[in-house]
Amino acid sequence: MSIQVRGLKHVYSPGLPDEQLALDNINFDIYDGETVAVVGHTGSGKSTLVQHLNGLLKPTEGTITVGGVEITAPGTSMLEVRRRVGLVFQYPEYQLFEETVAADVAFGPKNLGLSEDEVNSRVRDAIEIVGLDYDEIKDRSPFELSGGQKRRVAIAGVIAMKPQVLILDEPTAGLDPGAHRDILDMIEEIKEISGNITIFVSHNMADVAALADKVMVMDKGRLLMMGTPREVFAQKDRLKEAGLSVPPVTELMAELKEKGAEVDDTILSLKEAEEEIYRFLTRNR
Amino acid sequence: MIRDITLGQYYAADSPVHRLDSRVKIAGVLLYIADLFIVDDFIGFGLCAAALCLYVVLSQVPVKFIMRGLKPILLILIMTFCLNIFMVDGRILWQWGFLKVTDEGIYTAVFMAVRLILLIIASSLLTLTTKPIELTDGIEKLMSPLAKIGVPAHDIAMTMSIALRFIPMLLEETDKIMKAQQARGADFESGNILRRAKSLIPILVPLFVSSFRIAQDLAMAMEARCYRGGKGRTRMKEMRLKGVDFLAFFLMLAFLAVVISERVVF
Repeated sequence: MSIQVRGLKHVYSPGLPDEQLALDNINFDIYDGETVAVVGHTGSGKSTLVQHLNGLLKPTEGTITVGGVEITAPGTSMLEVRRRVGLVFQYPEYQLFEETVAADVAFGPKNLGLSEDEVNSRVRDAIEIVGLDYDEIKDRSPFELSGGQKRRVAIAGVIAMKPQVLILDEPTAGLDPGAHRDILDMIEEIKEISGNITIFVSHNMADVAALADKVMVMDKGRLLMMGTPREVFAQKDRLKEAGLSVPPVTELMAELKEKGAEVDDTILSLKEAEEEIYRFLTRNR
Repeated sequence: MIRDITLGQYYAADSPVHRLDSRVKIAGVLLYIADLFIVDDFIGFGLCAAALCLYVVLSQVPVKFIMRGLKPILLILIMTFCLNIFMVDGRILWQWGFLKVTDEGIYTAVFMAVRLILLIIASSLLTLTTKPIELTDGIEKLMSPLAKIGVPAHDIAMTMSIALRFIPMLLEETDKIMKAQQARGADFESGNILRRAKSLIPILVPLFVSSFRIAQDLAMAMEARCYRGGKGRTRMKEMRLKGVDFLAFFLMLAFLAVVISERVVF
């Protein structure tokens, strides 16, 4: 399973005074098993881009191919596209509506027309994958759960559709640090279990450095750069122009270098930083 | 589709109409509605349409934008048109079973449709050219004489402005929820009426929950800034009628006089 996007362009309200070019000539490939982070300033087109990948928005121009099927071709079954590509929106807990957690998670699989047994087993699996206790939570109302739990239930609702590509739009927005960490661990775990493509939108550069194999940088509807976190975060100045920053630990190393310490400033994690600083301090012994 | 609804939307521009005092604009819309109901022939409508065109040109709101606002009410327009064309008695021009079209029917249908279109354009122009806050201030000022007999003018105005403010917000919220449920494979377009009605539940429940949440947040934010009703509340911008406001109001009254005399004469 891979994704190819060619010449993607999207215009909101074409021909009207509030016409807006949201995406301009986007081209990229995502290969099987990759985790891709999409970063960009507010209004740079991140959400518009991910909504194209599961057919919620139709491109003004260009094509998107997912696993060999051109989803932008007329007559493509949208249900089939949504079975392949699962999209978790920002603040997904606001979309919960059923009386029980189990019923809400079952909404997606039921829409796929699966048998009752299959639906039930998928619901159980999905709830366990997101780290909740199925037997304890299945009959509770989604509205009485905590914020972090609600978000997990909402994500389970998409996972239960067993998409081959999982997209999460700012999955940790508005969560406390504990729940934030839990959701990141969960994303990693889901990836390990499924081995599928994971795409996530994020504002947190430390998360991006920790999770992503590739980073896509969006700026004013264009794809500014795409590469490994190390390649992208080495271009601090270009990121700054797009209103973005590098992870705090990378920033720290850059500042140390500026102050005259001869350290590598393409560090991405605390562990690497620790080793690098140790190397620097002991180099003359 | 949801993006098409312009009701309660503001179009930012710096035109003479935008600068006009909101009280004059509100009075203008009310007078215009009166004009439309006084008129009883197409000459009158011609006059009204001409006046509205002038107003649109002065307001600098693009015609496309206004036309887009008409789209959602197209269904109502078609329905009233059909009802009128088939239900009004008169000289029969065409008949098929119980359906008959009369000359009177066509006349009434066109007449009503024109009246409805002008009515909607005029009232949507009010919100397109007036910021919600100015609109509420205007309503409050206009109702202030009533406050003396116990009408809660400020509260009514505030409720109205919040309602106006909520329209685009709730539309956006609906759009978001619809997309999210579509991403989970929900289908709103196919199936019979019962199925379609049932498919609305996944939209309506979250929307309901969201609107309570938004309302609660808003109430909290207002209380945090010590809002406690209109009593003793002062304004940063006092509303003052300028020369041009009087002129505009005079022109509106003059137009009313023209419409009345047109009806009397023809």
